[in-house]
Amino acid sequence: MDQSARPKGKIVTDQAAGNITRSEELAYELKIAEVMSTTMYLMSVDMSMDDVLKIFRQAHISGAPVVDHGKLVGIVSIEDTIRCLMANDMQAPVSEYMTHNVIGIQSREPVIEALKTFVNIKVGRLPVLDDDGNLVGILTKGDITRGLLKALQHDYQAEEVIRYRASHLFEDIESDRTSLILRYNISPRDFTHGGSASANIKRALLRLGAPPQIARRTGIAVYEAEINLIIHTTNGGVIRVEIEPQKITIDAYDDGPGIADVEQALRPGFSTATNEVRELGFGAGMGLVNISRCVDNMKLESAVGVGTRLKMKIFLQTEEAFREANPAGKETK
Amino acid sequence: MNLQNVIDALNLTPLTEPKDFARIEVTEGYTSDLLSCVMAGAPHGGVWVTLQAHTNIIAVAALLDLNAVIISEDAQPEPATIERANDEGITLLATPMKSFEVVGRLWELGLRSN
Repeated sequence: MDQSARPKGKIVTDQAAGNITRSEELAYELKIAEVMSTTMYLMSVDMSMDDVLKIFRQAHISGAPVVDHGKLVGIVSIEDTIRCLMANDMQAPVSEYMTHNVIGIQSREPVIEALKTFVNIKVGRLPVLDDDGNLVGILTKGDITRGLLKALQHDYQAEEVIRYRASHLFEDIESDRTSLILRYNISPRDFTHGGSASANIKRALLRLGAPPQIARRTGIAVYEAEINLIIHTTNGGVIRVEIEPQKITIDAYDDGPGIADVEQALRPGFSTATNEVRELGFGAGMGLVNISRCVDNMKLESAVGVGTRLKMKIFLQTEEAFREANPAGKETK
Repeated sequence: MNLQNVIDALNLTPLTEPKDFARIEVTEGYTSDLLSCVMAGAPHGGVWVTLQAHTNIIAVAALLDLNAVIISEDAQPEPATIERANDEGITLLATPMKSFEVVGRLWELGLRSN
């Protein structure tokens, strides 16, 4: 029908598949003891069917285990009371109408075993027994659904907690100056991984709760620095990002070959990239220009034969808040 | 204008996993084959037209949160590039048209430069 003509909602399908997998996993992880009902109405074997029906109606239940001196001997359900009513035999003892050969299930088994049993034998509830054969609970399909939903909810909350913790990292840790330092080693000529460090930094910032605009600016600045290390360095270099509540400090450094004329390197369009590199779309001579556009503060130092160090700063607070935090005279901008 | 309209109008071939393109709004575009220029000029959420097909275009598109990259002149990205695009949620669209023509058609559809 129409369904097939529509573009496939592949993401949703994958997500749904992911959820199915997780609930399947949970069916193996969760023990029956964790999902069963432990509050149950026990019928004693010598009760009359009339009394059973009264309890069913009062408690709004449709079945209950029958015990004889604490041991499980049968199960009585609403169907049994109907049969009994039709036979006009409500004074008969439970033992005459209950199901005798009751299939029980062990409390320490995983939920998946109960699901299999429910599929194989058409019953509405399973009595749950401990290792000694004592009745410890009762299990319906509804209990399983509730148990799975609760476990999924728990998973979800755990994920929320992780996200919350990441975004409150700086508030939760008390010190005179808290910072998070990320380091990335960049290999020379490794164009395949070009952009990985910047992508990871952008992701980390978003996870820490930085505004998307700041994450994007930092990502672009780090990307250009990363590509410069890949294109130009002899032995690669290091990108060090220090994240603090008010600012991000990025340091890209290498041990050679060094830039002969730093001012020339900063000029838009100037590039020393080889034709091979240019063919890949690099070497436009705009890298450092882009960086200066994205950061609040940058400083390029280099010495031929020694190496290059590019320092960049991005302030996270608005300018007003920044000035307040840095009284007049101490302004760095 | 949504991405599905663009795909239909220009007869573009999606190289990445299908998405609900009709729900992706596009209003702006950019073209260049120099990655640093793209970094400086492409509007986030926009469409980027290029004949570059190597892996680094994904890094650029992801950093700028671009909605789609249109690869012109039938330039073929490596399978690894397509895989990375899928990981990053970037849509790659292929066309035999030249960048010049693609941009002209996008302009006719109402897309603008920021």
